[in-house]
Amino acid sequence: MKARIIITPKKAVLDPQGKTVQSALEHMGYRGVTGVHVGKYLEIDLAPDTDRETARQALNEAAHKFLSNPVIEDYRLEIE
Amino acid sequence: MKFAVLQFPASNCDQDAVHALQLLGHHAGLVWHKENSLGDPDAVIVPGGFSYGDYLRCGAIARFSPVMQAVQQFAADGGLVLGICNGFQVLCEAGLLPGALIRNRDLKFHCEQVFLQTVNFDTPFTNKIPREKVLRVPIAHGEGCYFADEATLASLEANEQILWRYCNAHGELTESANPNGSLRHIAGICNARRNVAGLMPHPERACEELLGGADGRLIFESMIAALRHPANGGMHLIAPPTLTR
Repeated sequence: MKARIIITPKKAVLDPQGKTVQSALEHMGYRGVTGVHVGKYLEIDLAPDTDRETARQALNEAAHKFLSNPVIEDYRLEIE
Repeated sequence: MKFAVLQFPASNCDQDAVHALQLLGHHAGLVWHKENSLGDPDAVIVPGGFSYGDYLRCGAIARFSPVMQAVQQFAADGGLVLGICNGFQVLCEAGLLPGALIRNRDLKFHCEQVFLQTVNFDTPFTNKIPREKVLRVPIAHGEGCYFADEATLASLEANEQILWRYCNAHGELTESANPNGSLRHIAGICNARRNVAGLMPHPERACEELLGGADGRLIFESMIAALRHPANGGMHLIAPPTLTR
């Protein structure tokens, strides 16, 4: 069983990495890119007999408390 | 006075902080991150560096170390805590200070001298700084851009929790004097109770003329004055703000 957590900078937070990647894409000739946001991706392996709902609750807690910083980041949790 | 200087794996300004405090004639001892107790210090310094390799986010892992639980308690009891550079990041992650430090606006690591305007002189971290003095202190960081939402910034201003802003040599808040893009030029802040502060610049690297300047002394001398005379520098006896994280 696998969980995935995708962490992205909040919209209100300055994201110089995203801006730099966006302008590099433009310089390379890729048209139509209106925004790039650079975040983090965590893949978490869970024991096969893990209860999905319990895992969801625990990972939501961990993501809020530790894996992301709610002051500057949003996250999305997916359990496969 | 007795200072406890924390030491995490990859702290690299811990020895500098001990050196600076000893130079000022005080006791300073290192406390390893696995310790559950700080001993019995008068104040705590969370030093600069790259605690735990800056993995995940700067300060994110240090915040959960055993020694930081002791610091939480020390701060809750009203003890003086100063976070420098990575130490500032750790204190923000720990919820002891509001906001966060993010990547510098230009994505570059800045290692240079900067100028600081002191905003509030009535705190345990600033009471010895002369009113017209523009401090010259070095910075060395890649993620020092202070960020907080508008409501937090407004409450920092209203409670006079902003201690230092980046300025030019004349004390003016010009855009080019802001090395990292910090919102409202914020270089350092304190909590509402005034006993916990953090700043990105390194006062411990500016305590002797041989190293290019001694303005950093004023910050440590302020802490010492506040410890000797608690009325000096307004230890405000108000309830600590509730953590929103």
